[in-house]
Amino acid sequence: MSLHEKGAVTGVGETEYLRGTDRTPLSLQLEASLRAIEDAGLKPTDIDGVIPYGLGAVAEDFVTNFGIPDLRFSATTPMGGASAVAAIQCAIAAVHAGICNHVLLAIGRTGYSGGRIGTRVQQMPQFRVVGEFEMPSGAIAPAQLYAPMARRHMELYGTTSLQFAEIAVSTRNNAMLNSNATMQRAITVEDHQNSRMISDPLRLLDCSLESDGGAAVVISAADRARDMRRKPVLVMGVAEGHPDSPSAITQRPDMTTLGLAKAAPRAFAMAGVTPGDIDVAEIYDCFTYNVLCQIEDAGFCKKGEGGPFVESGAIRLGGKLPINTHGGLLSQAHMAGMNHIVELVRQLRGAAAAQVAGAKIGVVTGYGDMGDGSIAIMRRA
Amino acid sequence: MAEYAKLVPSPTPDTQPYWDGLNEGRLRLQRCADCGKVRHYPRPMCDACYSMNVAWMDASGRGLVHSWTVTHHAFHPGFKPDLPYTLLTVDLDEGVRMQAQLRGLDASELRIGLPVRVAFEPATEGLTLPVFEPA
Repeated sequence: MSLHEKGAVTGVGETEYLRGTDRTPLSLQLEASLRAIEDAGLKPTDIDGVIPYGLGAVAEDFVTNFGIPDLRFSATTPMGGASAVAAIQCAIAAVHAGICNHVLLAIGRTGYSGGRIGTRVQQMPQFRVVGEFEMPSGAIAPAQLYAPMARRHMELYGTTSLQFAEIAVSTRNNAMLNSNATMQRAITVEDHQNSRMISDPLRLLDCSLESDGGAAVVISAADRARDMRRKPVLVMGVAEGHPDSPSAITQRPDMTTLGLAKAAPRAFAMAGVTPGDIDVAEIYDCFTYNVLCQIEDAGFCKKGEGGPFVESGAIRLGGKLPINTHGGLLSQAHMAGMNHIVELVRQLRGAAAAQVAGAKIGVVTGYGDMGDGSIAIMRRA
Repeated sequence: MAEYAKLVPSPTPDTQPYWDGLNEGRLRLQRCADCGKVRHYPRPMCDACYSMNVAWMDASGRGLVHSWTVTHHAFHPGFKPDLPYTLLTVDLDEGVRMQAQLRGLDASELRIGLPVRVAFEPATEGLTLPVFEPA
């Protein structure tokens, strides 16, 4: 038994993305959810499964606000930035098992106006081990925890900060084509190189945004999706993967390999396609380095060749693998990757702001909690 | 004396001997009392044989640089006075890794495989933190 094309994305929705709001995460989450439900041609009461992004609203909030008469399925997938894409697997498993028909995946957050990342990670149970043994020495935020992975990649493979800059610049160029991206000012490689060092080798322009907003998608059983308002986007393959030593990067046998390296081969096998078949990729970009590493771990090039791959121009619009066509977490907004799913669906509907001509098959990844990975491969029906 | 403004650990019964060791100037690692596998960070179970019988050993304190980062931004106000500071990831001779701040060497001198040794710095009442210096 496989989840191959047993589920589809039938609706997507986003709020306006902001840096500064007095609204609550729940309010933003509900607004994005309503838009996704409307996009799917459903009523809020049609939702019978919910997977809220962790650290925010709970299933009960959706029952209360939507008046859902019989919520049949609720879950969370607590994998940080890998949660949203991992929730696709969870949702399709539920609809394919017949537990429910329409699962809402939703995030709302005030990452800019509320608690910042250095504070948030201290509250996350996944960071308990790091909290006891590394935070007292000053290794607190993801930039500091991930920087040694990037440094080791650079030392082993000759990867350079200029290659990270290419990712930052390419992503910003895409954001400038998207009216719902918060960063609209052009940047150059020089701007990247002159941006202040956060945790070497990661500069400010290697880091993702802190954002306020909400994003949501509706996953429906494939047999239901055929008769819905929009042509469905079918999930061909989906998987999650956890790296060795998931609780501490320090102890990982190979700190340049992520959980995605385990998930991607399973997802591609389920999908029945290879990385060479992918037209567009939305790759979780908490930091530029993490994009480069995931390009390798997803199988688009060999380990250590991510630098030359991005340097070739491959990830730009018009390149052989356009990446983060919406502007990503680096330049659109940090919605923990829910915005990456929204963008992939728009690309496969042919309705994206920065449309990849003729995009038929695409991939979206998630990355979080020091190395957890998730991946979904989709096609337009 | 000014109040200690940095993050402090919350040891558990599984990890307390590690922190006690640092206060005594010893780097202590868990070794499975049944199969002998050394593990770090401290935790209740051996991942090789699932034994929960724990022995503690004194590590040599010697190791080789595995990776590093130089932090220029304080994500917690308590670390602002330390900026910039270097965090080293080190392969200990005992086959496990640990992370601690670097002392006594400019970060530009770092390379994978550079020999280092652990030292002990009193942080506040009842808390000693490990640091690394060139071996």
